[in-house]
Amino acid sequence: MGFNWLSEPRGDYYTRHFVPTPEAEGDRLILNLGPQHPSTHGVLRVVVEMDGEYIMKAEPVLGYIHRMQEKMGEVKTWRQYLPNMGRVDYLHALAWNWAYVGAVEKLAGIEVPPRAEYIRVITCELNRISSHLLWWGAYLLDLGAFTPILYAFADRERIMDILQMVTGSRLTYCYYRFGGVSADLGEGFIQATRDFLKQFKTRIPMFHDLVTGNMILRGRCEQIGVLPLEMARRYGATGPVLRGSGLAYDTRRAEPYSVYPSLDFQVPVGVNGDAMDRYDVRLAEMTQSIAIIEQALEAMPDGPHINPDVHERLKPPAGEVYYAVEGGRGKIGVHLISDGGPRPYRVKLRSPSFCNLQLFAELAQGTLLADAVSILGSLDLVIPEIDR
Amino acid sequence: MPGLAKTIKGLWSLIVGLGVTGVEFFRPQLTVHYPRKEVDNLATYRGHIDLVARDDDPLTPRCIVCRKCVAACPSGCIAIESRLVGAEPGGDARELSLAPGLIVTGSHAAPPPRQKIRREVAAFHLNYNLCSLCGLCVQTCPVQSLAFSREAYLCGSSRADFEFELLERLRRRAPAGGQRAA
Amino acid sequence: MTMTEIISHPLTKLVLGLVLILVFVGVNGLILVWMERKVVGFIQRRPGPYEVGPHGILQSLVDGVKLIAKQLVTPRGADRFLFWLAPMLSVTPVVICFLPIPFSPGLTAMDVNLGLLLILAFSGINVLALCAAGWGSNNKYALIGAARAVSQSVAYEIPLLLSVLCIAFQTGSLSLSAVAEGQSRGLLSWNLWVQPLAFVIFFISATAETNRAPFDLPEAESELTAGFHTEYSGMGFGLFFLAEYTYMIVVCSVATALFLGAHDGPFLPGPWWFVLKVYALILALMWFRWTFPRVRFDQLLNLCWKWLIPLGLANLLATALVLKLGE
Ligand code: SF4
Ligand code: SF4
Repeated sequence: MGFNWLSEPRGDYYTRHFVPTPEAEGDRLILNLGPQHPSTHGVLRVVVEMDGEYIMKAEPVLGYIHRMQEKMGEVKTWRQYLPNMGRVDYLHALAWNWAYVGAVEKLAGIEVPPRAEYIRVITCELNRISSHLLWWGAYLLDLGAFTPILYAFADRERIMDILQMVTGSRLTYCYYRFGGVSADLGEGFIQATRDFLKQFKTRIPMFHDLVTGNMILRGRCEQIGVLPLEMARRYGATGPVLRGSGLAYDTRRAEPYSVYPSLDFQVPVGVNGDAMDRYDVRLAEMTQSIAIIEQALEAMPDGPHINPDVHERLKPPAGEVYYAVEGGRGKIGVHLISDGGPRPYRVKLRSPSFCNLQLFAELAQGTLLADAVSILGSLDLVIPEIDR
Repeated sequence: MPGLAKTIKGLWSLIVGLGVTGVEFFRPQLTVHYPRKEVDNLATYRGHIDLVARDDDPLTPRCIVCRKCVAACPSGCIAIESRLVGAEPGGDARELSLAPGLIVTGSHAAPPPRQKIRREVAAFHLNYNLCSLCGLCVQTCPVQSLAFSREAYLCGSSRADFEFELLERLRRRAPAGGQRAA
Repeated sequence: MTMTEIISHPLTKLVLGLVLILVFVGVNGLILVWMERKVVGFIQRRPGPYEVGPHGILQSLVDGVKLIAKQLVTPRGADRFLFWLAPMLSVTPVVICFLPIPFSPGLTAMDVNLGLLLILAFSGINVLALCAAGWGSNNKYALIGAARAVSQSVAYEIPLLLSVLCIAFQTGSLSLSAVAEGQSRGLLSWNLWVQPLAFVIFFISATAETNRAPFDLPEAESELTAGFHTEYSGMGFGLFFLAEYTYMIVVCSVATALFLGAHDGPFLPGPWWFVLKVYALILALMWFRWTFPRVRFDQLLNLCWKWLIPLGLANLLATALVLKLGE
């Protein structure tokens, strides 16, 4: 006996309104990309309605890795919430570290010694390079090139070794503390960073040779997923996704924090807003990060790496604060409300991936399946950050 | 013929790409063959926390059982059992017995010798399953009694394998024949 | 009948050849999988298989044992017959494709004068297998993969034929042995020098026909998880895998026979040269695969219809013209 489709429930809540119209029935295919699918790099699910290879309608379904990060903030003390920040966006953990620490410092009026500020810049930018490297490899993996990710990992491992020297971890860092950082940079760290930067500068041209100029890659990225600036604004896109569309909005420049105003770096922007521009922006950002780190290493003063006056059971005064930093994927915002108690009253995390993902439904409409994969990759999503 | 030029440039880009992988083919491998070799950066690795022994006594942790680390830990990994010890002047620390019969009141009996009472770790439980290696406990400890171990190669098949008794670990780690210092 | 008669009887030769080919296919499959994994390992600066046997040489054997030992699962709602027919259908014709390949003048399992045609015809059956696999699996990814496989194979068969025809025109025979015979007078007699364009077209089309990266669209894993073989486990998958690698040998053998002088070469005996050239071509295929991103489906077809077919036709016309004028 054959399989009876009618006796089976068809789809779930999210696919129900995807049921094709009677006239299209038979031609249309409802396909679930995910929650386990190689191109989503995590547990994201995209329901797509396809006509042949063309995507008629796409809708991301979230929440498969929702961990209640915001609620957790309400039940932990200000300090105990620190390790959570390394796990929101595990690829650029230090940016989240910074956003939270910065918000609390602003709320409680904690002063950060200058050396700590420079240490934060150096480590955060190193982390940004490693985040972009992983994106680069994973994106090309989406496009079917297997080798780049291994080359990217070779360099990423070195960054992780360097960051391990001071943080002790390799991925989910919990390094920044209220009023500074938990460990000072030693000579070994500085030397290793210098060596790495020197060597990494020679690697970037190799990356370009390997794929950037490649005609197959260009065919897969150019004029694909063109994101007009107006649309990027409408969805609140930030980071390389927004900059790829031509707006030089970088939190490090737009809402300067820490010592970034004293550092000299450019904000790379794209022209067309296609996947290729987003690609170029990220690769150019790696070069800029190198410049930032080099300047910061030069300018780093001596002194304490942490403000010793911060009380262990910190109780910031009642009030609200919002603090934003530029993460690898865009603007990371932390909004805290304090009632003067030992725990935050409310924590709101603004994750860039969440906003950037929303673009996808509109961008993917009418594209080929292969292009949709390319677009999804070019948005550089970190799924745990979307769901939080 | 810009079209043709573009095509030729495109084809050339393919050859350049092949060149890159071709060169990498002959370069030395980066893999560390694990069971035969080990990575060399374990010195900075942060494993689970461990107790630090007192300078004068490799069998006793520095810990003064202030329980600040317990309060600091976001994940509730640490549980400490303690006991009160009294140290007789010049003698061994021994458990302070507070049997009621010992205390004689209102008589001519000599007062009991004055004892310095302090708390000592009886057991220091760490549930490594929950630990996020944030380092808050290490940072909080007022007497630096906690430090990170370098245990990179832990493996186990059940949760119980990662519930450690740190005092025992400290004793096992102590140099062979390590006796209590007099 | 004497012993010699039995041995030289064509039927005996065919059976013997088939058995030898089966052994050859099996061993080659194992070696190729190992080789591919080593090559990609080296390109990516890692060791590749290393643990089983010296330098992991036995890895693919062990993997094969694992595949055989695995449970064969038929997915719910699948067409049982088609589902299990497909893997067998993909391996069998590939084996037959080996029959007319001239490893050396005496080492041809079946020297038919339509050898080329035989190979082209039987390799066409592979599409049917992919189609059956995609349809029979009752899986949407598999279905899309199968649809891709069909249009890709249909499209690329044309330039493949066009380039083969050039050689057939030139030698005036469809027998591979005859073609091989024609270029056994040293390096300069190879057809590669006469027909470089045909060689390039043949090689590109062959890559597409074998579904090798960068044209591996029917199994593009970032889009279709595993394409037409998404639902296969154990030896079902193993047979597809074996077929893919064997097919690679077939097309590279044909390319060698047609363009690279077949068994021609100094010092070493013919078959060695043949295998050496085949492996060199396969190495190139692997090199491509681990360097390039995957093309998109419409680009793949564009390449075929807008570039390869017109170029192939022009090449064929030019060949015919030159031959006619030269008469
Ligand atoms: S490192 Fe953090 S999570 Fe682990 S025991 Fe210490 S305070 Fe708890
Ligand atoms: S904070 Fe240090 S001294 Fe206090 S209980 Fe923990 S380990 Fe012992």
